[in-house]
Amino acid sequence: MTDAEAHGQLAGLAHQFEDLEQQQEADALGIWLFLVTEIMFFGGLFAAYAIYRWLYFSAFQGGSHILDIRLGAANTIVLLASSLTMALSVRSAQTGNRRATVTFLIATMILGGTFLGIKGVEYNQKFVEHVVPSLDWAPEGQSLARLAPGGLDHAQIYFFFYFAMTGLHALHMIIGMALLLWLVLRARKGDFTPHYFAPVEVVGLYWHFVDIVWIFLFPLLYLIGGRY
Amino acid sequence: MQSLPFQPEQASSIARSVDELYFFLTAVTLFFTALIFSIIFYFMIKYRRRSPDERPKAIQGSFPLEVLWTAIPTLIVAVIFVWGSTLYFRNSEAPKGAMEIFVTGKQWMWKVEHPEGQREINELHVPLGRPVKLTMTSEDVIHDFFVPAFRVKKDVLPGRYTSLWFQATKVGTFHLFCAQYCGAFHAGMIGSIVVQEPNEYESWLAGGAPGESIEQAGAKVFQASGCPTCHLADGTGLGPSLLGVYGQPVKLTTGETVTADDAYMRESLLLPKAKIVFGYSPIMPSFQGQMTEEQLNDVVAYLRVLGKAQPKPKEEGKK
Amino acid sequence: MSTATLEPRVHAQRNYLNDDYGWKSWLFTRDHKRIALLYLVSITFFFMIGGSFAVLMRIHLVEPQGALVQPETYNKLFTLHGIVMIFFFLIPSIPAVLGNFLVPLMVGARDLAFPRLNLLSWYIYIVGGLFTLYSAIAGGVDTGWTFYTPYSSTYSNTQVTAVAIGVFITGFSSILTGLNFIVTIHKMRAPGLTWFRMPLFLWAMYATSIIMVLGTPVLAITIFLLALEHLFHVGIFSPALGGDPLLFQHLFWFYSHPAVYIMILPAMGVVSEIIACFARKRIFGYRIVAFSSVAIAVLGFLVWGHHMFVTGQSVYAGLIFSLLSFLVAIPSAIKVFNWTATLYKGSISYDAPMLYAMGFIGLFTMGGLTGLFLASLATDVHLNGTYFIVAHFHYIMVGGAVMGYLGGIHFWWPKISGRKYPNGWAALAAAIIFIGFNLTFFPQFVLGYLGMPRRYAFYPAEFQVLNVMSSAGATVLGVGYLIPLVYLIWSMRYGPIAESNPWGATGLEWKTSSPPPTENFAEIPVVTEEAYAYAAEEAAGD
Repeated sequence: MTDAEAHGQLAGLAHQFEDLEQQQEADALGIWLFLVTEIMFFGGLFAAYAIYRWLYFSAFQGGSHILDIRLGAANTIVLLASSLTMALSVRSAQTGNRRATVTFLIATMILGGTFLGIKGVEYNQKFVEHVVPSLDWAPEGQSLARLAPGGLDHAQIYFFFYFAMTGLHALHMIIGMALLLWLVLRARKGDFTPHYFAPVEVVGLYWHFVDIVWIFLFPLLYLIGGRY
Repeated sequence: MQSLPFQPEQASSIARSVDELYFFLTAVTLFFTALIFSIIFYFMIKYRRRSPDERPKAIQGSFPLEVLWTAIPTLIVAVIFVWGSTLYFRNSEAPKGAMEIFVTGKQWMWKVEHPEGQREINELHVPLGRPVKLTMTSEDVIHDFFVPAFRVKKDVLPGRYTSLWFQATKVGTFHLFCAQYCGAFHAGMIGSIVVQEPNEYESWLAGGAPGESIEQAGAKVFQASGCPTCHLADGTGLGPSLLGVYGQPVKLTTGETVTADDAYMRESLLLPKAKIVFGYSPIMPSFQGQMTEEQLNDVVAYLRVLGKAQPKPKEEGKK
Repeated sequence: MSTATLEPRVHAQRNYLNDDYGWKSWLFTRDHKRIALLYLVSITFFFMIGGSFAVLMRIHLVEPQGALVQPETYNKLFTLHGIVMIFFFLIPSIPAVLGNFLVPLMVGARDLAFPRLNLLSWYIYIVGGLFTLYSAIAGGVDTGWTFYTPYSSTYSNTQVTAVAIGVFITGFSSILTGLNFIVTIHKMRAPGLTWFRMPLFLWAMYATSIIMVLGTPVLAITIFLLALEHLFHVGIFSPALGGDPLLFQHLFWFYSHPAVYIMILPAMGVVSEIIACFARKRIFGYRIVAFSSVAIAVLGFLVWGHHMFVTGQSVYAGLIFSLLSFLVAIPSAIKVFNWTATLYKGSISYDAPMLYAMGFIGLFTMGGLTGLFLASLATDVHLNGTYFIVAHFHYIMVGGAVMGYLGGIHFWWPKISGRKYPNGWAALAAAIIFIGFNLTFFPQFVLGYLGMPRRYAFYPAEFQVLNVMSSAGATVLGVGYLIPLVYLIWSMRYGPIAESNPWGATGLEWKTSSPPPTENFAEIPVVTEEAYAYAAEEAAGD
């Protein structure tokens, strides 16, 4: 093979690995294991949610009624789209298409940013309606009417889970955005070749995981009101 | 079996059976410890290295031996499991007709209420030879009611009832400890169980007892809180009739059926909208913050007997 | 001057210690061996802190009314003793020091799969440690290391948030270490090193890593929720607002029970290596011992409820957890019998590592058997919350895990440092530790059965004699721990130079120099023999 080819082959091979194949397998196993730890992490939160939902069914229903289902649905679509652009970015890296890789990464970032923006709008609404546990809890008017039947104390628990689960999810998204930025910078430099694009794949898997967590959060938080 | 210096007194009906299991476990522990220690000691000496180049033959293993020393421990733990579980099950339910006493734990003291109304702090007087059931709750953090001489222990939780029972078999004074760390003076949350001969217990009761029993106190709180306004005896009021409701199944608006036990009564007082009886509206106010723990216990005690054809509380418990 | 002789008197050869100098070469290293040493220094530091707290506690307890401090201070001492010893000493100890050093060498690789992640693990550990030290200095924590709610979330006004952050952060150090080990063992074994040719230490590290990866995140979320409740009083664990204090306990113990297997499995791996070497025999029942490690890891996730038998939970739940708790004891028993059988017709030498391994087996056996008292529902009712529990877990964690750790340090010291230590002093220290340990903790079994509850800053006078005995033993134990500190440090400068395989052990780590070069092996080895090929017909000759 030519020098350039050989260089391309060895580019990005870390010293502890024998060959790129071993490195890629290790990277893949590593990220999957990491995602398993994330499942256990969110899992504890989901388990606690499940228990309280079972205990305080009507309070959780009432709380869910206050959420804006349109914004939640919009966010779901935005995030699914971002997973598409992310997957296309990985494909572009795999086929050596540098411009497409960067474009799709940036598209993913824009969509991710949109998600966070909509989330911000939703959080702000919660403050406006005074349904933020401990920080601003004073439901009134329609909110109060919706929450009172299930018990206001238990409704606070619902909103605690709302903020904890979506907040943790948003934190993971912010970290994902930082990783995407890092990928954009590296991709623009031409770091990725059809032989070496593991970082794109790894971040892609992380991004898909964050997306899947939202797919669970959306019905559990927004759709249990049962008013559609 | 007599108490050894290394064990607490056996002062309850279950203490001896618990000790028997404990001694079996000790024997198993000593046996296997001695076995392993002595075999190792023996091998260490017998097979000590005699020359620097010694190379013993490889031994891969022995499937029959593996089966043997898997099967024997399995058998032993199975015996212990069955023994321990049976004992535990048998001791888990208080016998019928047990004397009911309320205990409230709070940082850092124990408050006791006898059915006759007698109250104590950090002491619990009980008669010899009668089963006593404690219904316990905490006013703040998790505590634990522990009487080593009786071999009984149960956590005491805020917001719910736990219970334990015992039957004292020896007259005397025995340690009561809090066994769940609860803050600065956890070590100071100790008291005594005073077991007396039945007639002495009666005179102790009569001695300082207030004029009313716990159920009578509960009836007063029930009236004063306005409960009869809604809870008419015939069920036509805004709230369901409470006559004889204790211990009975109750159908809720959600369709499920629950049992009207201590926890249900208490929850209905504090969180009335949690479980609404079928056919009624969620309009009962909450008494959170308006009733002390003692008053809650008193009302629950009153509801236990409301509507039941029972002899007067003062005579209650005579077989 | 001969340069081709077997044992150079001076370290002229290049190795990972002298390959590069300066603080940057240590703090920015990616070499798993240097990272192991960074951990060694840090965990020794935390061990001394946790140990000091223990010394203060035992001095305080010689008098029934308390001899040294106010009850509030005592409560902070036992809390921080537990937190520091568990999260900053025991859980990292063998994996982060011996595991980091040995796993790449044992699999025949040049480093772990993710060296930079490895360094990050150490920094995460340090940051978590700093938060915890801050919480200790800024007033302490008095919740017990178990942080039960609602005391810790609503009532305690101590540095709960700071220490929660510290523990939360340090958990990620554990997770990343486990992740690194799993990937390394799966993907980077040298040619010929099949799963069943691996040393049992690797099996033990693998099983431990599974627990670290699956269990620690649950602790993380639990601590996260606890911190939120402490800060914002939201009520998820507080009954006053409809929360459930037992939910905290379930979530907490779901990690914290498997955590004890994180602490003991690596020690069991060390013991397997030591016994095979110093009896010069393959471990009896190799495959069974390997599988038992994995079985313990799996079963360990199913037994957490045995910490909650007296909480008022359903008797049927108690029954299930009791049964499973008995089952998890079986693989441990199998290991003890296999280790003992390994000695049969072996060629046994009494070097210090072997003394530690024997001490481990004895004390672990006792500690494990006392676990049966606690798995059994009827006796646990009496013993829960008393000193019996304290004695039980110290037998396993100190008599077991710490002795395993010390044995491992003594076994691999020549490989790590390139020096040998005086065996006489080492044997003496091992004996003092063994005796001091038993004097300290055996009386506590009796105290517990008599009914003395744990976490008591003062106690009824009838318990004094046993407390004084325990404190006297603790003095001996403390002296025992200080001795290795002295001679190991001494050996780094004045100890005889170690050859590559001073013990005549099998395993790839012994085939490279002591200390190893930075890249571990000049050439990646090819494995052709089974593990522990000590026997005459297996030995390739020295």
